[in-house]
Amino acid sequence: MGLLSDPNRRRALINLLTRLNAPICAVCYIAGVAWFMGLAFEPFTLRTYMSENAMGSTMVEERFPAGERALATGREFAAHKKRAGGMPVDWLVKTMQSRGLEVFTQKFSRTLPFPDENKERYMVKGTNVYGILRAPRAPRTEALVLTAPCSPGDDNNQAVGLLLGLAQYFRNQIYWAKDIIFLVNEHDLIGMQAWLEGYHHTNTTGIDWSPLQGRGGSIQAALSLELSSDIITSLDLVLEGLNGQLPNLDLANLFYAFCQKIGVTCTIQGKPCCPDHDADGNEASQRPTMGGPRAFFTCHHCWQVRTNDFSFINQILKLNNLLERLHQSYFFYLMPSLSHFVSIGYYMPAFGLLAVILLLRALDLWVQLATPPVRTEDGIADLEQSSPEVLSVLTPLVISHLTGAALYFFPIQFQATAVEHFPVSESEAVVLTAIAIYTAGLALPHNTHRLLSGEGVEQDWRVLKLIAVLYMAVLLGCTALINFSLGFILALTLVPMAAFITPHRPKVLSAFIMVILSPACTLLFLVFFFQDLQEIPVSFEDGWMLFLSVISQGILDHSLYGSLVYPLIALMVYPCWLLFWNILFWK
Amino acid sequence: MAARRNIPVGLLFILCSLTFLIATNTHETTSTSEHPDKAVNLPEKSTETGGQTTEQPAVEERQWEPTEFQEETVNDAAAEKQDATPPETTTTSAGAHPKDDFQEELVIRPLQSGDVYASFQFRTLWETDFMKGNKVSHYRLFPKSLGQVISKFSVRELHISFTQGYWRTMQWGQPFMPSPPGAELWVWFQDSVTDVDGTWKELTNVLSGIFCASLNFIDSTNTVQPSASFKPLGIGNVTDHRFLRYATLPREIVCTENLTPWKKLLPCGSKAGLAVLMKSEKLFHSSFHSQAVHIRPVCQDSECTTTSWELRQTLNVVFDLHTSGQGKREWSLFKMFSRTLTEACPLASSSKIYIDITDNPQGEQFELTPATHLLSQAVVLGDRRTFSVYDLTEANTFGSMRSLNLLIRWKSSEGDMLRPLLHAERYVAGYGLQTGEIHTLMYNYHPFRSFPILLLDSVPWYLRLYIHTLTVTSKGKDNKPSYIHYQPSKDRVRPHLLEMLVQLPPNSVTEVTVQFERALLKWTEYTPDPNHGFYVGSSVISALVPSMVAMDTNNTKERPLFSSFFPCKEESSYFVRIYTEPLLVNLPTPDFSMPYNVICLTCTVVAVGYGSLYNLLTRSFQIEEPNPRLAKRIANVIRRLRGVPPLA
Repeated sequence: MGLLSDPNRRRALINLLTRLNAPICAVCYIAGVAWFMGLAFEPFTLRTYMSENAMGSTMVEERFPAGERALATGREFAAHKKRAGGMPVDWLVKTMQSRGLEVFTQKFSRTLPFPDENKERYMVKGTNVYGILRAPRAPRTEALVLTAPCSPGDDNNQAVGLLLGLAQYFRNQIYWAKDIIFLVNEHDLIGMQAWLEGYHHTNTTGIDWSPLQGRGGSIQAALSLELSSDIITSLDLVLEGLNGQLPNLDLANLFYAFCQKIGVTCTIQGKPCCPDHDADGNEASQRPTMGGPRAFFTCHHCWQVRTNDFSFINQILKLNNLLERLHQSYFFYLMPSLSHFVSIGYYMPAFGLLAVILLLRALDLWVQLATPPVRTEDGIADLEQSSPEVLSVLTPLVISHLTGAALYFFPIQFQATAVEHFPVSESEAVVLTAIAIYTAGLALPHNTHRLLSGEGVEQDWRVLKLIAVLYMAVLLGCTALINFSLGFILALTLVPMAAFITPHRPKVLSAFIMVILSPACTLLFLVFFFQDLQEIPVSFEDGWMLFLSVISQGILDHSLYGSLVYPLIALMVYPCWLLFWNILFWK
Repeated sequence: MAARRNIPVGLLFILCSLTFLIATNTHETTSTSEHPDKAVNLPEKSTETGGQTTEQPAVEERQWEPTEFQEETVNDAAAEKQDATPPETTTTSAGAHPKDDFQEELVIRPLQSGDVYASFQFRTLWETDFMKGNKVSHYRLFPKSLGQVISKFSVRELHISFTQGYWRTMQWGQPFMPSPPGAELWVWFQDSVTDVDGTWKELTNVLSGIFCASLNFIDSTNTVQPSASFKPLGIGNVTDHRFLRYATLPREIVCTENLTPWKKLLPCGSKAGLAVLMKSEKLFHSSFHSQAVHIRPVCQDSECTTTSWELRQTLNVVFDLHTSGQGKREWSLFKMFSRTLTEACPLASSSKIYIDITDNPQGEQFELTPATHLLSQAVVLGDRRTFSVYDLTEANTFGSMRSLNLLIRWKSSEGDMLRPLLHAERYVAGYGLQTGEIHTLMYNYHPFRSFPILLLDSVPWYLRLYIHTLTVTSKGKDNKPSYIHYQPSKDRVRPHLLEMLVQLPPNSVTEVTVQFERALLKWTEYTPDPNHGFYVGSSVISALVPSMVAMDTNNTKERPLFSSFFPCKEESSYFVRIYTEPLLVNLPTPDFSMPYNVICLTCTVVAVGYGSLYNLLTRSFQIEEPNPRLAKRIANVIRRLRGVPPLA
């Protein structure tokens, strides 16, 4: 830093940075992307290991003797489900009671902000059934949760059967140190949300639920089973939490360790083995922003992994052995494969290299502003500039944020009006309104200039861009810390755009590139990209429909589960992008 | 004003306890009566009185449904009755050693859930006085270690319990001896004690040694002085709660090292008598395990002119036979304890086994072998129960095999258990590490009677209760407690104490909520890294619950007509104490492995980043004139001499 306190050398450094700004930025970008790609390979990835001694894979049961019975129970459940035309609550209560559990039910209801066309639901009413296996000689202070969603159709019957089979098996063991809660929830995530909110007696999303009668202390960990076939060939591990939260890595490791031990193929986010996973995976990755919403548990300070497997007997066993809260191991990680993981220290530099570009540009702009070009060096002009400068910067900032706010609030507020005037359904109305507002935002420069009295000055756009660049750096930095995938993808598209946009670029070409790199288009491409990765390429129309449903899901997830992606995009990222759009059309 | 209302409550308790004691005595003396009617009525009298006091299991009857006790044996055949009665008379009229007396008994109650509840009670009575400067040095049946504790610390009453597991009221009904998970200790000191806190501190340390438990962790931060919930159970009229100390350790794990010293206090040890059954590997292979010691002064005779000391050791176990029986529903003494009985403790004046057969009058539920003709009836916990009695002092109890192995074989698994009238649960609501809310739910299942309860909550200081958020609601309406005693906590000195007298409306749930903030501890105050969290002890609910006997209005059972006209009888309510679950709370905990990283990072940032930035911002920069060259300087000197302006 002595470098900076010497004016000569400082000047030299700054000259170097401003002169070579563009090449350095380009190098940084390439390096960032390359680093990210490199994360899949050896020096960056670490082998997973168990941090928690109590969870070492010793002292476990090798066999689950009641597999056949579990399948039979699953079939019985399917029959009762068909007969009841939904969740067979009475049957479940009776079955759980006969297995020696304390059984309770919880009713919940929720009206969605607009009909969900993917899952065909609007007014949701359901019942959760759960049974508690009390641990002998434990004072009800801790609990483990094992859940199986009761999905419509024929899905997941085997999981419920397995759940009940496990309940019976566990009942006969003496070694439980924590209460085990067996939960069958209806309407998958909504039911889960209702149950968790009931359990913690909070209400964050406006679901109506009836209070729970029985509890088992604070939830230490949770496993969710999904199983749709009688014969298991491979197991898929889904590690996703709301808003990028992840379960403790030890949970995943444990699962993998057991899979290896019993010699079952185990995949992570891998090729789905059964169709329902496919649907599920879609949901998650089409909204990279979102992460699978499975794990609300994370926001209630308990950690959850979703698996579909036999081996969680052992997993439950090990969790039962835990002598402390799960606090060791990693909560920030990426998993290129089950045996390797990338810790936050390795993956953040990739993002850091991208973020550096923004800072370099900011430095460049700052230098340009501090030493105005000789030709405009004119004392009188400077004095005059100072007051419109504030206004010319503030106006676009305020207007673009107002547009963002409109994008956030209007689609749901005006769905009724839209349905009245156009021949569309409610959910289409919401999505199309959102797209319309998004597109309307493109007319912003025009509006801004109408508000501004004078013409924009060269100086002004620089100030605006300086602010916009710093704004974006902070925004992306925070996002990447919390949810790396979302932050990195946004940075990948937004950073080059932000770095090189000036009013002097060719308007039409730049505008085209900007639109391509805007958040909405990024999302559209990701839909196709994801389908491609899944080896189920889709036609453009199908992709477009998927895109629309992803948007409506995003809005629904926000209001149902409190996912933050939609507000983040609407209230922050989109306005930020608009600022650059404004700069491009600066007059 | 609230405190004033409390006084009647306190008085009520004292009165009750006194009357109870008297009743106990009269009851014992009269128990030899042969009149069946009298025998039936007696328990009723003592219910009402014993009711309020508390956990006295032995002579008094307590909660709602099945229980036993009562020495009055009511039997079909008069001859057998005569056999049964002699042991009781020994309590009062035994000749040789009137000074001390030991009784042991085991009550077994098959539970509807398929579990089996076994409750041991050992009572040692000693007609001596530890107080008034008496130096007691000759001990016979009474354990010397406890006797010394009583005289050294001027203890008037001592109750200590160690419990592993949680009593499941909804499945098992009320226990004979309620106790919270972990360790509980409450002591009344003599009013001659001047430094109660100091004595208490010493006493806990001594007891810690005697029972091999972590009682030495009891200090001022978890000790409270309840004003109304814990009243003396023995005789004595001091109810100034300055002499009372109450503490719980919810984290305490109970295991064999606590059982062994407890067994050693018995006159026969575990060598003979019922204590033979106490094999630790079986006792701890159970769903619930609780052992307790209660010491109190009791009346020596019906006039109560002199007092004796009573030591009551109890052990309660619930065996989960589903787990160990591989689904077969049958149990025997051997199966439960891996031992059979061959003799009574030779020092015991009475040694009996009671088996609760109330639900099984005609043997339709289960089959009991060997059969006994000896029956006993008692009103326990507000319910009239029938017991089969096995007297171990009789040689023919053991049969030709010289060993007694009771065996119960279930025939059907049907039958509904009566729901306990009072039930409570507690949980922490909310998530995150900043605030939370404690919810206490109290259920009154009585269809038409409301009854009062006393709720005692002792919350550690590191949960900062927002007492202004305290709400009590029943049936959606505010339920104003008629008495509130709240003592705010002091950080690192004392816990919160909250006592309330609340009326529970019939057939309702009453919810008490209070919000709290989680305090940030000092770094040395955190428990070691591997921890589950911080425990908050159980709340204690003491209540006068309307009796079951009074509740069955359409009684089809045969009863004397004169006893069944008025619905409310003397025995209309009885005393119950129940404990809620302890809570497990996470406090905001720094990651203690991080300080090194944080220190390194912070130092780097401060040194490199902030330092140089500060440097840049505060230093004023000046362009330094480069030194003129030597030639130029000489030239300038010459020019000055010439009077010409120097070179630039």
